[in-house]
Amino acid sequence: MSVSETDDLDAFIAAGTRLMGLTVRPEWLEAIRLHLSVSLDHAKAVAEFPLPDETDPAPVFSA
Amino acid sequence: MSGAGFETAGAIAAAVGVRRCRAADMVAATLERIARDDARLNAFTAVTAERARSRAAAVDAATAAGTPPGPLAGVPFAVKNLIDIAGLPTVAGSRINRDNPPAVADATLVARLEAAGAILVGALNMGEYAYDFTGENRHDGPSRNPHDPARMTGGSSGGSGGAVAGGLVPLALGSDTNGSIRVPSSFCGVFGLKPTYGRLSRAGSFPFVSSLDHLGPLARCTRDLALAYDAMQGPDPADPVCAARPAEPVADQLTLGAAGLRVATAGGYFRTGAAAEALSALDAVASALGATREIEIPEAARARAAAYVITASEGAALHLDRLRERPDDFDPEVRDRLIAGALVPGAAVVRAHKFRRWFRAAVLRLFDEVDAILAPATPCVAPPIGQKTFVLDGRELPLRPNIGIYTQPISFIGLPVVAAPVPPTRGLPIGVQIIAAPWREDVALRLSHHLEAEGVVRAPRPPG
Repeated sequence: MSVSETDDLDAFIAAGTRLMGLTVRPEWLEAIRLHLSVSLDHAKAVAEFPLPDETDPAPVFSA
Repeated sequence: MSGAGFETAGAIAAAVGVRRCRAADMVAATLERIARDDARLNAFTAVTAERARSRAAAVDAATAAGTPPGPLAGVPFAVKNLIDIAGLPTVAGSRINRDNPPAVADATLVARLEAAGAILVGALNMGEYAYDFTGENRHDGPSRNPHDPARMTGGSSGGSGGAVAGGLVPLALGSDTNGSIRVPSSFCGVFGLKPTYGRLSRAGSFPFVSSLDHLGPLARCTRDLALAYDAMQGPDPADPVCAARPAEPVADQLTLGAAGLRVATAGGYFRTGAAAEALSALDAVASALGATREIEIPEAARARAAAYVITASEGAALHLDRLRERPDDFDPEVRDRLIAGALVPGAAVVRAHKFRRWFRAAVLRLFDEVDAILAPATPCVAPPIGQKTFVLDGRELPLRPNIGIYTQPISFIGLPVVAAPVPPTRGLPIGVQIIAAPWREDVALRLSHHLEAEGVVRAPRPPG
């Protein structure tokens, strides 16, 4: 993770948690940053998969 | 029937049913084992001794009166402590939920097992709020693997795996959102069934990720899985996800074996990163089933990524108020993941759900050509408790979120899976996933039963 990515994530975490009323103690930040970074990487991988606009999401899944 | 542990549920029920032994004696022996061995395994967080004795007396009285005893008569069982037990708070592995009032009723699955004659003996340890693949717990201590108590049980149904593998009970219930039945089944060397999403009621269980949550049994043989599964099936209006589908019993079909079933192994993603013992177990099972064909489950890595995103976000949404009000009372390993999950953009979650639709259709097409797909359950055998990283495909990665890399893409689309244990020639057991099409638990269970009859899969008895 580059310095600028780290800074961006830290700014996002600070603003997002403040707006949501969540506490982040300084000693929690490194782990939260790592977990958020992994989730955003996964989200990027999903978003890169081309899907038609008409594809319905499946939030309540029926097998 | 000695009651000394390691009897199967089927054997216990048969003996109690013909009054060759009493349910009361089975319960007494079970409570003795728990008192003796659980200090080493840390599988139980509550023992419902009085309830169990009372229930056993009722089973014995009914049997003596000539009432049909039920397919699980006198079978002791225990449940992951996110499943409601009347009179106990449903702690879900947390400190926070200990402050909740006791459950006023049993979960649907507990009631159904007891209606079949089974006897609840307690609640089982688990990773906090089920966000876990290790079986470690900050508040209750780690579940310990009966094959080596210095090693993980796997999680999050860690106590379920440990209690069954250690011979404390023949049957346990767990939950599986991303692999939490299949991972402990693999590490502890027992059989686990994650049914089709919507097959078994989740009513009266504490949720984690509603769109991915399943409940299911763990046992030391396939037939016990089937007996428990049959007893728990059926619609339940109390769980809106539970399918309005009649019960489809499978226990009587197990002896149909593998004949006529087309089986393939999953290649690509599912062979990447697995340790030699995981691949060796997979190959042994494939060979025994004559599964020479390898197929590609398309976009499996992306499916796992999508499940990860949905889990992070839905899990955080569930716990948002608790994160605001009591952040210091969480296990830090769980809290930090949940806070990160709260920041995942909503658009990313919707994209993941759209991908889920695509992935489901793509995988279902594979079932036009095969009846079952084999894959590793875990990439490695049980790591030592406390281990934080492991090497996967040559890269050192955090262990806790990555143990489930082979289970997550499968539960993502709700497919039924039996995790079947392959005993080692030396060392530790490891599981193989037998994956079937939706609503075809019968296929996975038949194959598991066949493999067991062939001696390829088996729940090995731990040393000592």
